[in-house]
Formats: sequence, structure tokens, C-alpha cells
Amino acid sequence: MIENTPAWASATTWKKVAIWVTGGSFVVLILLTFDSLSKTNPGAGKVPSYSVINREIDYRLDEQHKHYKPVIGKDAPLFGKALSEQEAEALVALGKKTVQAKNCINCHTILGNGAYYAPDLTRSWLDPNWRSPAEREALMLAFLKDPQTNAVTFGSGRRMPRLGITDEEAKGVVAFLKWMSAIDTNGFPTNFKTINHQED
Amino acid sequence: MSTLNSAHLSGGRRLAVKYFIVAGVLFLAQILFGLLAGIQFVKPDFLYGILDFNVNRMVHINAMVVWMLYGFIGSIYWLLEDESGTEIAGLPLGNLAFWVLTGAVTVVVLVYLFVQVGAGNDTSIWLINEGREYIEAPRWADIGIVVVMLIVFYNVAGTFAKGRWSGISGVLTLDLIALAGLYCAGMFYLTNVTQDQYWWWWVIHLWVEATWEVLVGCIMAWSLMKLLGVRRQIVETWLYIEVALMFGSGILGLGHHYFWIGTPDYWFSIGGFFSALEPIPLVAMVVHSIYDAGVHKFKNGNHPALAWIIAHTFGNFLGAGVWGFMHTLPQINLYTHGTQWSASHGHLAFFGAYATINIAFFYLALQQWRGNVWMGGALADNGWKWKWSLALLNVGVMGMTVALLIAGYEQSFIERAVQGSTWEGYFAAQNHPWFRQAMVWRLGMGVVTLAGLVLLIWDLLTIGREETRTAPVIVETVGQEA
Repeated sequence: MIENTPAWASATTWKKVAIWVTGGSFVVLILLTFDSLSKTNPGAGKVPSYSVINREIDYRLDEQHKHYKPVIGKDAPLFGKALSEQEAEALVALGKKTVQAKNCINCHTILGNGAYYAPDLTRSWLDPNWRSPAEREALMLAFLKDPQTNAVTFGSGRRMPRLGITDEEAKGVVAFLKWMSAIDTNGFPTNFKTINHQED
Repeated sequence: MSTLNSAHLSGGRRLAVKYFIVAGVLFLAQILFGLLAGIQFVKPDFLYGILDFNVNRMVHINAMVVWMLYGFIGSIYWLLEDESGTEIAGLPLGNLAFWVLTGAVTVVVLVYLFVQVGAGNDTSIWLINEGREYIEAPRWADIGIVVVMLIVFYNVAGTFAKGRWSGISGVLTLDLIALAGLYCAGMFYLTNVTQDQYWWWWVIHLWVEATWEVLVGCIMAWSLMKLLGVRRQIVETWLYIEVALMFGSGILGLGHHYFWIGTPDYWFSIGGFFSALEPIPLVAMVVHSIYDAGVHKFKNGNHPALAWIIAHTFGNFLGAGVWGFMHTLPQINLYTHGTQWSASHGHLAFFGAYATINIAFFYLALQQWRGNVWMGGALADNGWKWKWSLALLNVGVMGMTVALLIAGYEQSFIERAVQGSTWEGYFAAQNHPWFRQAMVWRLGMGVVTLAGLVLLIWDLLTIGREETRTAPVIVETVGQEA
């Protein structure tokens, strides 16, 4: 019985395996985390600097890698005002905090994570719903401040509630969404046709 | 007549049943708010502007996380003195922590319901809502949760140190350090949404796909010894195997959440490979529980608890293992990420892996609370309530899971593959008859789940009340010879 248990089936062996496997996996995760964090600082790799909101952004198929990628274009300051990196970060931060305080993620998804009652916001800055780049900023601000009157439901009957978003907060949210639309997400979502594509 | 009498319980176990009672209340809240959200998918104007979908959904998932934590803490306190062979180290402190936590949870829920949202600043994040899925609790509550977890940890480590250590207690104690430590990864604000989600997944994934799994491995190991008389050496060897496989696949399996958030693309290979291995330890748990139950010819002292343990191993394997594996590789996840696929997986996995084993412990607790009464076969009313509640809950959750899976397939094809995920594509999928029918079925199955839960609560309040027989003595028997 107990004394006949082969080494490979013994508790002692598996205890050691458990300790080494857990420790080893954790060390690898820590190393990868250092690497990933260094590569996801704004401007360092796939995550753009905050001042990208001063530029035109598009999202197109990268023929070489066969996946969709953000494309940064010419100057196109948000709300017509070019911002420094610090000013841009402050505006995006206001938007990010508003997105958290208004609990957006329990209806929407952000980078695909959240709830599934309302559309994903990852590329919402680029969505053809905003008709044209010229009309977009005004439409987004009006929608955020009064989503009941300016409801976008596509016949679903699902209306966003009024969340008491102020002028400044709405501008912050738009800045956050514009900045996020320039993050290279390895091709997610795929096959997305942007507001610019509609004009082509 | 066997009444509920706390004199039957040790100090640690009296504390455990307090946790179990709140867990039960929050379980009911989870299902009720889930139903409200489910109704809104079918009738979007329902409670619009009063209790909007985001509020109901937040309470639904937060009540779930918190009742499961209450169930786990209760289960740990339940086995603590038995496993250590001594009295709990800090009972008054443990009681204080319970009331502090319960008070904090009450305040958080009231703020969710009546304040709902705040201005876009730090005050809202500290006092109202952190706005990050699953860990929405405002920062003040986060700090409270960490303090309470430290007290739980003190009681666990202190009691084992005072009494005796074992394989189960060693794994449990180390796992609790990881579980509490990981929560801290979700306690700071970052503007950079990529890094925000990077750390957020440390909490969510490394809880539910690593440390929670090991925690239930520990309490399942203990319960199999108590229910069936399985030899300690067998359950502890299995536990070590499960830890090796669970952490070996789950820690780096974290990478399957790093495909699409702006992180480097080496996570495709690492996340895809290791998360594909994640079902393996769950197979081991099924084999372990079914084999042990078979070897002991299902002779056990608490039929409902053993049935729920077996429901746990199958549910864990199907919900977390199979449903998770189905969409974990990046080549399919590109289309399924952020669709009802995830909701389908989430429903079956949380229920199968965690609700089930907590319910098993509710039955273990009730049996002792009534003075170690008989809970085997031939119950007074043939045990119809526990059998029907088990059936209704499993059928209800499985039904919701399948309905959501159909919605997820439809959404992946129509919104994602065909229409390229624009808002128009999103709503085209949401308005499709297949999706709408799936949401009606989900709601119906949600009602079945609620019926099962009401019956379960009724059963927990009454089982063993009229019982005069005492439970059989389960002795540790040697493997195959049992």
C-alpha cells in the first residue's frame, strides 16, 4: 500500500513539482510583466502618446501582417486646439475618470472587456455612425451630454441613460476615445470600416 | 425534532455559518438583479432611468463575487478547527471582521443603487464606484476588504501554527497570501487603459482561474475526507497534482487576456498555449472526485453535499474548462472576444466551479448545526427538495449558458465577421431574430434558476428538522479496500 507507492505518484514528488512549477511560472510572469509594461508606456510601442489626439487617426488593413492597424495621419487637433503632451494627458485622464465614474463598462466594452448591452468603444471615435469627420465632434458631445434626446438605437430600443456628463467631461471622454482608437490592438476588431472609409 | 442550535458548533463554525447566511442572501440578490438585467435585454424600457442596465448588471456580478468570497471564507472557517485540531486563534477579531465587512458591503450596495454614478474625478472613484468590471467597489471599500482578508489570514495561519499543519492547510495558507496580495493589483488608478487592463486582469484572472481554483481544490479535498472517508494521503497527493497543473497552466494562461489590449504580440503564443492547458487540472478534479466516490461505493454521510461536490467537478470542467477552451485561441477569440460568448462561459464557469461547492458546504454546515443529523438516503420526504433544487439550478444555468452561446455565435458571425464590429454591425446582430429569441430563452432559464434557488433556500431552512437519526460515522478507509 503506502510503502509501495511509486515515486512518480507520491505526495512528496508532487509537492516538489507543485512548488517548482508555481514558482517558475510566477517568475516568468514577472519578467514578462516588466517587458510588457515597458512596451506599453504611451509612445513606446503599440500605445500612442496622449498628444496623438492632435492628429488624424484611421484604422486600416495592414497588407503585410493581414491585420487591422491604426494609422496616424496629418494634424487634426481635437476641438480645433493643439495640446501639449501634458495638456492632452490631463484631458484624456478626465475622460478616463468620467468613463469609470459613470460606470460605462457595465453596458459597453472597452478594448472588448466589459458588458455586452451596448457597442464596443475601442474604435468608437472612428465609427461611421458619426456621419463625417466634420460633424463628428459636435455629434459626440451632444450625444454624451443628452443621450436620451440624441438617442442612437438602430431600432433596438436600447437608449443610453442621462448620466449628468458636463461639457468638460464630455470633451474628456471624446479625447479618451480618440486616444484609445489609436492603440494598436493586434487587429481587434477585424474588418472594421471607419468613418473615413465611408468617404473613399 | 432537531433545531438549529449554535451549541452544536465550535467557535470557528459559528463564525462560518454567519458567512454562509450572508452568502445565501447575496446569492438571492445576484439572481434577482440578473433577472432585472435579463428583462432589459428583452424589454429595454423596463426600469429605464431608474435602475438602468449598468446598475443591475453591476449589482448582479458584484453580489456574485462577494457571495462566493463569503462562501469561501465560511468554508475555510468551517474546516479550520477540524483540520488544525485546535481552537481558532482570534475568534473576537474574526467576528469583528465579519461585521465590518458586512456593514461595508451593505453601504457599497446602497450607494450603487441610490447614488449610482458620480462626477469624473477621484472622489467618485474613492466613494462611489471605481468603474472597473467585477471590482467596482470604491477604493475605501477596497482597503476595508484587504484589512478583513488580513484578519482572515491571521486566523488561518495563526490557528494552523497553534495546532498542526497538513498538506491541505499549507496549500490553503499560501494560496490565501496570493489571493489577498493579488487584490492590491486592482487598487490604483491609471489613465493608460492598456496598463489599467493589464493589472485588472491580474486580479480577475489570477483569482478565478488560479487562486480560487486552488482554494476550492483545498476545500474539496477536505470535504472528500469528511464525506467519504477518503485517505488523507490520496486527497493530498491529488491536491499537489492539481496545484501543479492549475498554476502551471493558469498563471501564464493569463496571457489569453492580453491578445487585444495593446500588449506585445508574444502573448498570442504564451496565452494561447498555456490557456489551452487550463482544462487539464479540471479533468483531474473530476477523475479524483468520481473515482473516490466510486471506490467508497457512494457511502457517505451527507447526500446533498456529495451531490453538489460532484456537480462542482463536472460544472468546473464544463464551464471553466470546455467553455473556456472553446474560445481561448486567438484565431477564434478575435471574433468572440467581447460578445455573449464570454457571458455564456462566465455563467457556467462561476456556477459550476464556485456556486456548487459553496452550496455543498451550506449542507455540511446545516447538518452539524442541527446536531449532526442524518442526511443520507431515505429522508423524511424522500429529499425531494434538495433533489429538485439541484436539478432546477443546474438546468436553469445550463439553459442560460446555451442560450447565451447561441447569441454569441450569432454575434460573432454577424457583428464581427460579416459587419466588422461597427455600431451598425453590433445592432444588426442584436436585432437579429436568433439573438432576440436567445435572450427570451435566457430570461426563461433565469426564472428556472430562481425557482431552483428559492427551493434550495427552503430546503436549507428545513432539511433535517424532523430528523431523529444521527449521521453515520465515516471513518478513514484505505483506498480500494473500502
